[in-house]
Parts: sequence; structure tokens; C-alpha cells
Amino acid sequence: MADKLNFALVSPERELFHGDVDQVVVPGSEGEFGVLPNHAPVMSVIKPGALRVIDGGSERRIFVNGGFADVTPDGLTVLAEEAIDLADIDRAEVEQQLKNAQDDLRDSLGSDAKREVAERAVARLEALKAALH
Amino acid sequence: MPSLKEFRNRIASVKSTQKITKAMQMVAAAKLKRAQASAEAARPYADRMARVIANLASAVKGDDAPALLRGTGKDQVQLVVVMTSERGLCGGFNTQIVRAAREKISELIAAGKTVKILAVGKKGRDQLRRLYGDKIIGYVDLSNFRNISSEAAQIVGDKINELYNSGEFDVATLFFSRFRSVISQVPTALQLIPARAPEGVNPPDLKGAAYEYEPGEGEILEALLPRYMNGQILQALLENQAGFFGAQMSAMDNATRNAGDMIKKLSLRYNRQRQANITKELIEIISGAEAL
Repeated sequence: MADKLNFALVSPERELFHGDVDQVVVPGSEGEFGVLPNHAPVMSVIKPGALRVIDGGSERRIFVNGGFADVTPDGLTVLAEEAIDLADIDRAEVEQQLKNAQDDLRDSLGSDAKREVAERAVARLEALKAALH
Repeated sequence: MPSLKEFRNRIASVKSTQKITKAMQMVAAAKLKRAQASAEAARPYADRMARVIANLASAVKGDDAPALLRGTGKDQVQLVVVMTSERGLCGGFNTQIVRAAREKISELIAAGKTVKILAVGKKGRDQLRRLYGDKIIGYVDLSNFRNISSEAAQIVGDKINELYNSGEFDVATLFFSRFRSVISQVPTALQLIPARAPEGVNPPDLKGAAYEYEPGEGEILEALLPRYMNGQILQALLENQAGFFGAQMSAMDNATRNAGDMIKKLSLRYNRQRQANITKELIEIISGAEAL
């Protein structure tokens, strides 16, 4: 049996990836960890960052904005809040958005609800920017 | 008997109404397809989430369980979340949901419980306000969302969580419509808090290995439960959306057909009247000629 890892990446809106791969590197809250076929069962919280899917020598990087990884003998399931393929992201655009979000944060001093939204946006974009490197 | 001109005007007005209902039916059909697709696309997440929760809930028990799973230990104050559509022209869709909620509310009141209502969607709020105006403690407006997304579910989830954390209620039940087919939407009640581990989902076979948790079971469950709840809300919103378009489609289909029948009837009467007029004129002419 050629050992492959059954990997599924799902977000609340749809299933983004489902298939067999060689290895997945997950940005866990306690540190990154790689998942190979026949990994021991683990459940971990994911922090926003880059998820690396390695298959046949090629690597795909996907940004996940928080979520959970569940490793069972059947494979790896990642429940992501949001997931974007990093190949589809334009760095200049992210930086522009980050700047806008930071401005929003500065303008939102009066209202708690607004500040919370802005803080969330800034944290997300900063993680996205970091994942691009 | 109305004059011919009046008939013509009425036929024209029914015809234009028919055009509108026909157009609305086609729009609803197109949107229904999309809503159905997104409801289906959301299913894998819900399924996998259910599996993870079933797995975790069996590991964390008793007092360690987070408040969302454990509940407050009481069931005195009941929150009823009623999800309906933002718009009408959809037959009995909203009435069905409200009726199901109303039955539950009467039952709870009869059992001596305190009932609070959170309305999601304008139509349900309007209907409930007439009956239980004093019990409605909140309203979530989703009319700005053209497409239901996880953000919409987040808003509803945050609202419920906020109420729960401030001790406003003990048990929350969600009312929405499950989409079975275009002509059949089933009003459904779903208990949100305390969260119930999904039924019929078995934890995966670990083949003797022990699960490891990072950071710990409790923390994971704590972080996961609100998402599980949001996932359920999203699923409910999507099903509702699909149901709404289905109901709207069949309501508009009926309306189009009724307009067609009406046009037929009116045309018949119009033609009869026209012929009667002609006959009358002929009789007048002939009898006038005979009199000479």
C-alpha cells in the first residue's frame, strides 16, 4: 500500500480540498506540526497561518484563519474558519487592506463593537501577511 | 354589466400582474438553485464538525464541560429563536414556522416557564409581535445580507452567546424550516443550548491508540462549541433560505396560474358582452328598418 494521507479541508461554506497527499504541515496553536500517513490521533487548535500541503514534491500553501485539526487513523480533517490559497493572494493588496484596517481601528475608539470588528480584521490581515513570507 | 372598456382595463391589469408573478417565479427558481447548492456545500463542514464534537463530548464529561454543553442546570427561562425570511410573497412559509414556534411557546407557558423570544428575520418578528410583543427581547436583521454567509450566522451566534453569558436564559431552541423539496418545507425545532452531541455519529475507531489534545480537551471543546453552534445556525439559515425560495417559487407559480384562469374568464365575459352589444345594435337597426 502506497502510504498516502487522506486530507480534507473544509470551511463552513464549502469543502475546499479532499484527497490523498503525502504530508500536511499544520500551524497548531502549540507550534507547527507535520502530519504524515499513520499519524497518531491528535486534535489541535489551529492559529491563523499557512498550512502546507505537500504532495509528490510540490507544495501548496493555504492560509487558514483559525480552526481545528483532527487526526484520526482515517486521515486528517481541518475545520477552518476561512481558507485561502496563498497563490491567489496579491501582497500589495493585503498591505493596502491592512493599512485600511489599522486606520479603521484608530477611528473606532468610541465604539466597542466597532473596535472589536476592526481588531479582528487587523489580526487576520497581519497573520495573512506573515504567512506570505 | 360593466362596459367593454372596463373589461379591457381589467384584463390588461391582470396580464401585467401575471407578468410580474411569472418573473418572480423565475427569479426565485434561479435563486433556489444557488441556495440549494450552498446548503449542500455547507454539509461536509457540519458533518465533520459533528464527528469531532461527538468524539470530544465523550472525552469531556461532568463539571469540566464548558457551559455551552453543560447548560445552567435549569430550564426555567426558555429562549425561542425564530428564524423566518426577510421578505414575503412566499405563501405560508413564515406562518408555518411561526405556528410551530407558537405551539411550543404555549406549551412552555402552560408548564410555567418564562419564555423569551429572539426574532431572526422581519416577517416572523412582525407576526410574533402581534401575539407576544412583550416577550420579544431581540431582533436580528439580516436584510443586508444578499447571500447567507458564515458572517450572518456569526451575528446570530454572537447575539445568542451574549444573551447566554449575561444569564438571560437557560435553554435555547431554534425554529427554522428544513428544506425537503420545493413544495415541502418542514418547520423544525433544534435545541442549541445546552448543546447536544449529534446522534447517530460514532467516534472514529482509534485502533487502540490514545487521542492527544493540543492544548487540552477542555480548551478545545470550549473553542469548538461556539463554532459548532454557529455551524448549526448557518445550516439553519441556509435551509431556511432554500425553503423560502422554494415556497416563493410555488406561491408565484400558483399566482401565475390563477392570473391565467382569471384572464380566461374575463376574456370570455368580454367576448360575450361584445357579441351581445353587436346583436343588440343589429336588432335595433333591423327593427328600425322594418318599422319604416
